[in-house]
Amino acid sequence: MFTLEKRPNPSRFWTVATPVLAVVLTMIAGGIMFAMLGKDPVAAIRTIFWDPLFDPQFASYSRPQLLVKAGPLILIAIGLSLGFRAGIWNIGAEGQYIMGAIFGAAVGLAFYPDEHWFILPLMVLAGAFGGWLWAMIPAILRTRFRTNEILVSLLLVYVAQSILSSMALGALRNPEGGGFPGSRNLSQYPAAANLELVAGTGMHWGVVAAFMAVIAAYVLLQRHILGFHIRLAGQAPRAARFAGVNPDRLVLLCFGVSGALAGLAGLFEVAGPAGQISIDFASGYGFTAIIVAFLGRLNPIGILLAGLLMALTYIGGELAQFMLGLPSAAIQAFQGMLLFFLLAVDLLTNYRIRWAFGRAAG
Amino acid sequence: MHRRSLLTSAAAFGLGLSLATGAFAQMDKVKACFVYVGPINDGGWTQQHHAGATAVAETYGDKVEMVYQENVPEGADAERVLTQMALSGCNIVFATSFGFMDATNAVAAKFPNVMFEHATGYKREHPNVSTYNARFYEGRAVIGTIAGLMTKSNKIGYIASFPIPEVIMGINAAYLAAKKVNPDATMNVIWAYTWYDPAKEADAAKAMIEQGVDVIMQHTDSTAPMAEMAKTPGIIGFGQATDMADYKPTPRVSSIIDNWAPYYIKRVGEMLDGTYTQGDAWEGIAGGEVQIGEITGVPDDVKAAAEAVRDGIAAGTLHPFTGPINKQDGSAWLAEGQTAPDGDLLGMNFYVEGIAGDIPK
Repeated sequence: MFTLEKRPNPSRFWTVATPVLAVVLTMIAGGIMFAMLGKDPVAAIRTIFWDPLFDPQFASYSRPQLLVKAGPLILIAIGLSLGFRAGIWNIGAEGQYIMGAIFGAAVGLAFYPDEHWFILPLMVLAGAFGGWLWAMIPAILRTRFRTNEILVSLLLVYVAQSILSSMALGALRNPEGGGFPGSRNLSQYPAAANLELVAGTGMHWGVVAAFMAVIAAYVLLQRHILGFHIRLAGQAPRAARFAGVNPDRLVLLCFGVSGALAGLAGLFEVAGPAGQISIDFASGYGFTAIIVAFLGRLNPIGILLAGLLMALTYIGGELAQFMLGLPSAAIQAFQGMLLFFLLAVDLLTNYRIRWAFGRAAG
Repeated sequence: MHRRSLLTSAAAFGLGLSLATGAFAQMDKVKACFVYVGPINDGGWTQQHHAGATAVAETYGDKVEMVYQENVPEGADAERVLTQMALSGCNIVFATSFGFMDATNAVAAKFPNVMFEHATGYKREHPNVSTYNARFYEGRAVIGTIAGLMTKSNKIGYIASFPIPEVIMGINAAYLAAKKVNPDATMNVIWAYTWYDPAKEADAAKAMIEQGVDVIMQHTDSTAPMAEMAKTPGIIGFGQATDMADYKPTPRVSSIIDNWAPYYIKRVGEMLDGTYTQGDAWEGIAGGEVQIGEITGVPDDVKAAAEAVRDGIAAGTLHPFTGPINKQDGSAWLAEGQTAPDGDLLGMNFYVEGIAGDIPK
């Protein structure tokens, strides 16, 4: 038999190696699943991981799309990771994402059809404000009334979705849309459009913001006293209090930052790739970002890579679906495996496996 | 203002030009691609589109390669899926949900040689975008007739999805048909704000039954309302999108079945023989796109009355919206004998006179 022995410190080697091991294990288990579905496992894995990046037919389109898909995930996950490190659980990024989009789009639509240079910057501010505002509800309820921020932030997602439906059908509905739900298409309104900055690269302002957030978070956590407080609050709450960290202030700050970043992601999405406020605008980025945050070990660089990997499985998964006729449920199961293996092999970071033949336990 | 109206007329001109030159060369093999918003076994909307796609593959055999992608979210993801399909060599792409509208038009601009067909939308911004829909309101008139004759409490329930013209049109058609055979019939609408959510739909059905509603129509896709109705004897309802035959003979007494196969077979056939042109199709009972499921569990005279409505619509002698009809606020809409123009129906945002309640804004 074997036993687990806790490492005195997390293994540096396994911290880096486990994500790679998890991807390899996912490929093996996923390959077995695809084979059981009667598909060529090698072709399926290649279509998911290789074709979006290097296939001559698709790569020139899907490589930029990788950034488009990963941008909002990274931006939201960076914000969430700060709170998660401090033991502050904002599960409602999806709602903050929606509210950011609504606030930002409303500002843009208010100016339609005028052309001013300041419209998009103003929308960016409004988007961040919308997300921040929505995040302040669970934050203030927690600091004032000690409510559970996990529940409140999660339930506010559903409130935000209802507001989104109401906006798509009412206040923000396209007056020239023949009574159909959905706002005007912002990506077709030049002053408000968040378009590709360089054609064919997929880089829009949201992707730029995501990269900036990665750098800022890295610097904050490594070099700034606030980053130290965040880490301390998560690892040793009592010690943090002795060190003069004000827990309520930290809750407000972490919720504020993650809400504002989620709101920004929503704004960049509604003004760019999605184009309009519609009933189905919310596509689950806020929830997927939680996975990305943990996949990336709550580390800014890790989140960057995790976001890109997640985007790759989405885009490659879509390709595999219609090129090989795989059911979409199989792709979702495949993505689930990735997370499962990642969390499972995480054990190796904190524990050592010892083979204990014939030795009596101490 | 001047500039905008100029652009509109330029666009209209472009459209006219493209319609005139829309024919293509014959093709030996067509790759037909389908994009679905739900899973192919959803028991409703997507399942029926997939049945149509399967019929295309069966009809043309080797001459057609059919591929599909299910569960595609509306918005940015749809645009990517459509682009990847065009890149993979699809000749014709069917985008089968209203929410794919802007994405379809955006991708069509980039691939002028790929034909795009968008279900239930109204935007044809490029010469290679066609739209198609079915006159489901015709089916509503048939089941509305059954509802009006069968209700004892004179309370007909309607589980509505979203307040868009398509749905409002159905409520009005059903109410007008019911009122014609039963002047005391009332319509009780619940807005579910979903196309498919079994729990919400079941709740809506339950609430209606508690309020004394004994006939329930649904513009949502799940069978959950049926399961709810089956618990209380005497409550009847109608299948939506599919036949929902599991609930025969009651509570399901008939159904409105979406049948996209004739349209899909026709369009892909036109690609093969080179007669394909841009179009805007809106067929109903007569064209086979809307089918009425077998009428079960009702007295023979009710069945006969409903079939008479169905056959009258198919023959073109009966239009579900024939004047005199007033709007809910009492203002005149259609004069005596006048039938509703398609444009009025496609933009319908009002209840007809006699329906209580407001359309949510």
